[in-house]
Amino acid sequence: MDIPYTIAPRPDTGLYNAKAGIWLFLASEVMLFGALFSTYILLRVGAPEEFWPYGWLNIPLGTANTLVLITSSITTVMAWASCKMNQFGRFKVFHACTLLLALVFIGIKSYEYHDKFTHYEISLKDGRLADGHLVERQPDHVVIHGRFVTDRKELFDLRGRGGSHPHEEITLAVADIKKMENYGPWHNTYLAIYFTLTGLHALHVIGGALVIGFLWGPGSRLWRRDPERFTNRIEISGLFWHFVDLVWIFLFPVLYLL
Amino acid sequence: MTNAPVMNAPAHDDFAHHVRRYLYVFYALIFGTLITVGASYIPFGNREINIAVALFIAISKASLVACYFMHLISERKMIYGILAFTAFFFIGLMFLTLWSLSDFPRHTVTH
Repeated sequence: MDIPYTIAPRPDTGLYNAKAGIWLFLASEVMLFGALFSTYILLRVGAPEEFWPYGWLNIPLGTANTLVLITSSITTVMAWASCKMNQFGRFKVFHACTLLLALVFIGIKSYEYHDKFTHYEISLKDGRLADGHLVERQPDHVVIHGRFVTDRKELFDLRGRGGSHPHEEITLAVADIKKMENYGPWHNTYLAIYFTLTGLHALHVIGGALVIGFLWGPGSRLWRRDPERFTNRIEISGLFWHFVDLVWIFLFPVLYLL
Repeated sequence: MTNAPVMNAPAHDDFAHHVRRYLYVFYALIFGTLITVGASYIPFGNREINIAVALFIAISKASLVACYFMHLISERKMIYGILAFTAFFFIGLMFLTLWSLSDFPRHTVTH
């Protein structure tokens, strides 16, 4: 039995079924990310201003990832336009670029996550704080590349006051350490919402890349049998991909710049 | 490989016109990203203005993606209907969030 309305529009909706379906799905996605953005607003407004991190994320890397996603959006729409213009070879090239850019995005994001998981705030028994990236961890001592601070507030605003701070290699005896915690999602509410929002977004990137990869590889056989249906599939996967780009357009300034 | 035509020749030319438009949107998005980063370094006086500027640029960029890459500028009524419902509930969600900010339980200590 053939699935109806995979190409021709349904008379009542004026759309082929998959298109109505993807827009309903994207509507639910707007509410999912909307709920998390409202959580961000509540956490941010509820936090004392001097304890909300500023400049904790790498802006050049975030900018690069934004440009990568925007470029992947244009390659996606060009892949679809190539199908429409009956240029299957160009479609293959553009969609390969999209896949490559998705991998670059995930690679940069992984590097940023790794940077946070190796960054430690260490409370010492004498009341001082040491903050920096882990270099070495032994049973009796820990080496970090970072700095000492006396007031925890100094750790929060890295862009506004003072800008960059001199870092040095610091060796700390384990016996002197009261508490040692990395910058994972458990560290504070900012990192909790950062990892939740960007983690969910990264899962969308991975999911979208899997679908695009399928349509670029084995799924592209449909082009021989039914090019219009295949072109519609490219349009649907493209709509999802553009939505992923659209979410990042808001995530980047909210988490990296403000 | 059989390449059954998806479009006829006039439609092909029409798409070439669309492709040019996609490229202009792409350039605008790149420019918008660089402006967003640049504006975040400008001290406007207070952080609220920086937030407003960044969100204004983000909304402009998102509109370009939605209108041109997602073709919302010329879509069917049903899609606009779905999005109208989404916008209603999204605005409602944000309104409830803002409303809750001034709705403290009694005896709450605020700074």
